[in-house]
Amino acid sequence: MATSNLKIASLSLFVAFMLTIMPLPEWVVEFRPDWVTLVLIYWAMALPARTGVTIAWLAGLMLDVSHGAILGQNALGLMLVIYIVHIQHQRLRVASLVQQAIVVFFLLLLKQLIVLWVSGIVGHAPHTWLYFMPTITGAMLWPWIYIIMRDMRRKFGYNVNY
Amino acid sequence: MQTLFLRGPSATLRMFILVIISLALMTIDHRWKHLDAVRNTLSYLLYPVEYVVDLPIRLYYWSEETLSTQQDLLNENRQLKDLQLQSRVQLQKLDILEKENERLRKLLSATPKTTEDHLIAEIVAVDVDPYRHFIVLNKGSNDDAYIGQPIIDAHGVMGQIVFVNAMTSTAMLISDVSHAIPVQIDRTGLRSVAFGTGQTDYLDLRHIPHNADIRVGDKLISSGLGERFPRNYPVAMITKINRDTGETFINVRAEPLAQLDTSREVLLVWTQNHEKPTPELDQPVQAPEKEAVEETAEEAVEEVAEETADGDE
Repeated sequence: MATSNLKIASLSLFVAFMLTIMPLPEWVVEFRPDWVTLVLIYWAMALPARTGVTIAWLAGLMLDVSHGAILGQNALGLMLVIYIVHIQHQRLRVASLVQQAIVVFFLLLLKQLIVLWVSGIVGHAPHTWLYFMPTITGAMLWPWIYIIMRDMRRKFGYNVNY
Repeated sequence: MQTLFLRGPSATLRMFILVIISLALMTIDHRWKHLDAVRNTLSYLLYPVEYVVDLPIRLYYWSEETLSTQQDLLNENRQLKDLQLQSRVQLQKLDILEKENERLRKLLSATPKTTEDHLIAEIVAVDVDPYRHFIVLNKGSNDDAYIGQPIIDAHGVMGQIVFVNAMTSTAMLISDVSHAIPVQIDRTGLRSVAFGTGQTDYLDLRHIPHNADIRVGDKLISSGLGERFPRNYPVAMITKINRDTGETFINVRAEPLAQLDTSREVLLVWTQNHEKPTPELDQPVQAPEKEAVEETAEEAVEEVAEETADGDE
């Protein structure tokens, strides 16, 4: 039962990584939402027993490798975000999509700030407000991501109601 | 009803442990850069993602080659032949100059100029961080790429490799904010350092005094100082000079000559400090050049003529 959920979770994570490194035209690159974080937030809400902080940390480490960033930078941010979702998942689940999107906005902001903080310490922080665009696009996309992922999980995965 | 935590320590405890590990990792990675093994292992996991993302683009190039008409291929072939002829003519001259240079260097008993090895690498079509100028190449430690290796394209220096994995490597472009390359103006020999700005269309030259002989249109070549980049490769063209008398130094901008955002193929260069262990690999790149130069009979004649001319002087 849980294996099919796990399959969908890994598949969605794979797609999220693909979307993260997919080449885009220059003018949209800065608006690219943080797909991996969004997908992991969903799974931490839907399957908190399976999607823990360790998985999030490893996914963040992979992001670091793909971005050529300092190892641990995205891992730390992503792990803290998923930790918050993890302990609050029961409240988040019953919230409306708009409320969820607002929470997701702040979660993404937290991750961006942690990454920015580390980049700043290392000495190459981006000097543009566009840096926070992925937070906004990510929050705006959240309702659609949530619905698509939920339908996928209901259709292909085992529906665990807990 | 399942319990929230199936087994193991609580999420909070794990979170704290991971925070500490993250901080330790970041410190080690930033200070000592000893985490290549971790990076390599993780990049194996990432490789399928990169492969799948790059696949449609590779398919496009493949289909473009396979589905083109004979007429197109003939035209292209003709163009390439013309181009090759032109290059050969230029190479003849270059070879003579090189030999002359070598002779003069011997006269001065200076160290002989060493040649470099090359290998063509393709840029894997993946985007990384939008605020860093990194590209992913399809050659890695399996092809003896190394950290710090310079990469160039047909027009000039592009950057250097910063991470090497088994099958791929990541290179930093000269336009990245944390990149700097020692350069020299080829007209005057004035040395400077070109700093990346985070914009692909210009580099900053710093610490150039007001009385320096420098003009818009001057070409910058790599000076070879710092022993990372080979000497005398074109780097950039000066596009803007702002002489503000209130400042200590003048403000100079230069446009990179390499096509930083459009190149698909780049050359990895093995410099004299890092010789390539397996010389067979570079055959396809180097052999035609040598042949082209050596088989021309005129070259020998010209050289003799020049030598006598030198003697007369």
